[in-house]
Amino acid sequence: MTVTEKLDLYYWMQLARTFDERMLAHWKQGRGVGGTFSQRGHEAISVGAAHALGPGDVVSPMHRDLGAFLVRGLTPREAFANLLGRETGATRGRDANFHGMSNLERGIIGYISHLPHSLPVALGVAMSFRYRGEPRVAMAFTGDGATNAGLYHEVLNMAGLYSAPLVIIVENNQYAYSTPARQASKVKSIAGHAAGYGLLTTTVDGNDVEAVHAVAVAAVQRARAGDGPSLIEAFTLRMLGHAVHDGAEYVPRELLAAWEARDPVVGYRRALATAGASAQQLDEIDRRCRMEIEDAVAFAESSPWPDPSTVARGVYAAAQEPPLT
Amino acid sequence: MPQAGTNTSNFGFAGVDEAASGRELTYLAAISEALREEMRRDPRVLLLGEDIAGEFGGAFKVTKGLEAEFGARRVMNTPIAELGFTGMATGMALMGLRPVVEMQFADFISSAFDSIVQFAAAAHYRYLGPVPWVIRAPCDGGLRSGPFHSQNPEAWFVHTPGLKVVAPGTPADAKGLLIAAIRDDNPVIYFESKALYRTLKGTVPAGEHVVPIGQARVARAGGSLSIITYGTQLREALTAAERLSLENIECEVLDLRTLKPLDTEAILSSVRRTSRALVVHSANQLAGVGAEVAALIAQHAFEWLDAPVARLAGLDTPVPFSPPLEDAYRPDALKICEAAKALAAY
Repeated sequence: MTVTEKLDLYYWMQLARTFDERMLAHWKQGRGVGGTFSQRGHEAISVGAAHALGPGDVVSPMHRDLGAFLVRGLTPREAFANLLGRETGATRGRDANFHGMSNLERGIIGYISHLPHSLPVALGVAMSFRYRGEPRVAMAFTGDGATNAGLYHEVLNMAGLYSAPLVIIVENNQYAYSTPARQASKVKSIAGHAAGYGLLTTTVDGNDVEAVHAVAVAAVQRARAGDGPSLIEAFTLRMLGHAVHDGAEYVPRELLAAWEARDPVVGYRRALATAGASAQQLDEIDRRCRMEIEDAVAFAESSPWPDPSTVARGVYAAAQEPPLT
Repeated sequence: MPQAGTNTSNFGFAGVDEAASGRELTYLAAISEALREEMRRDPRVLLLGEDIAGEFGGAFKVTKGLEAEFGARRVMNTPIAELGFTGMATGMALMGLRPVVEMQFADFISSAFDSIVQFAAAAHYRYLGPVPWVIRAPCDGGLRSGPFHSQNPEAWFVHTPGLKVVAPGTPADAKGLLIAAIRDDNPVIYFESKALYRTLKGTVPAGEHVVPIGQARVARAGGSLSIITYGTQLREALTAAERLSLENIECEVLDLRTLKPLDTEAILSSVRRTSRALVVHSANQLAGVGAEVAALIAQHAFEWLDAPVARLAGLDTPVPFSPPLEDAYRPDALKICEAAKALAAY
């Protein structure tokens, strides 16, 4: 990987981290709308994996994957305006926080709160590529919690059966809301278990962006070549609560401290400095991220609210909306 | 009382015994024809479901012969995973394909409920993502099939914003509504009556035949009262209307055909003509489609009414198996006659 490519990975991680910190400050000031989710600790997974996709590929990120949304072309403006429920947000005020932030032209499909549901949809996307003979790949993100749902297993079974051009990223962040993974399943290895369905499976340190990127590139190449689906289990720790209201007192402080010392963004900045990136280069990236996010916040705050007279519009595809009764 | 153990209409409907003439097709053949013609016309159309491929051609043989013509790529067998393959259809539809999913029985659609009502139905409202799939749901009973092969779950989906719901009651509408559903840019649930599959024949236009979604049809004219119905009960209502005519009670039979969006104007016009309304469906009564129809009439045509709106529907129980129990559960032509006479005499 070239230095330029490494700096690009750092930029996207720092952009997600800067957005996240700015968002949390906004909510602490009481200027947020509803709830929202921090992705702190997930930057290396979301950026490393999404960065492995090519033009024309489709991604379905979840609520810890701001990095994937951004890498694939959602702008910080569209994302922050969505958080604030504005007309200019990705869902025009129709869906909350990071939910539903889709842009089909850019190959982004938003998730629903029922997280495993991104998986069959991404499988269908992959099968549409197969159907049309296109060398494109679908990538879906989900969490360790979702792997206990029946739907996850239905999709793994069908992805293996159909040899679909699909890459599934399981972000094992050790907690599903307040429940530690070990209290939700006896399965010791999500990747090991998934292999039984005929997927090629890998585990990776989810705080090492280059490692995530490398396994994701291999999985995407494999899918594009028609050699079948892969599942990557990436380990990290959710560094803050489930959502902004949640102090996550149930997570042991020692565990948090151990993972804080391995922070994916801070750690990669340090590694790049050691590898020869200049402080000026890195500072310039940090400055650019701050500017982009301040611009996004200002844009969102000055954006109009959705017009309440449009509340019933958009339920059906445009030309076919029934008259309002 | 109807005879226990029979599957056909209580007044000796001709059904399959009637000689096939020209474009007379069974209800089932009309569905197959719609699938075949749309697959020939539009390369984006493909079929998904359990046991639908190959010579087997589905539990009811609706898709028989389609894999031979269109190949396994377009006629895909799935594992028993309704939730998973319905979500897969949503992903295909978001990418511009037009999958037609066969639920082996409408009863199994509850296994796919989340992917229908949470993901597919809300996609357009949330991010303007069109989901042009169709789910074919073989529904209804009278076939002695018990609680899990006889259901009519249309009300769940009528209640869900973002879906369209259709329920043809004739072979011509079975073809025309399925073609309209496939061409629609929204997710459509298509309830096809197992009770009508091979026992109802009718004239079906050859080639291009589209019945617009959202339009009811006056299936029989009459001034005494309106019977408002759909699906399997259309045949029962028409049979009852013929019998009632002998007693000088002339029923207008309104076939809703589409349950969502309802053809409100057709319902209100019918009631304004007859001043009496009997709403009939196989599904159980509480909060069913008939409740919405009755509410519409009460709200918008109250001044025209000469009698309270009457409803005749399945009982609020699981669908029972044993013939005397199932017959007690279901509306049929005899029960419609009785309800209509009471309404006419009000």
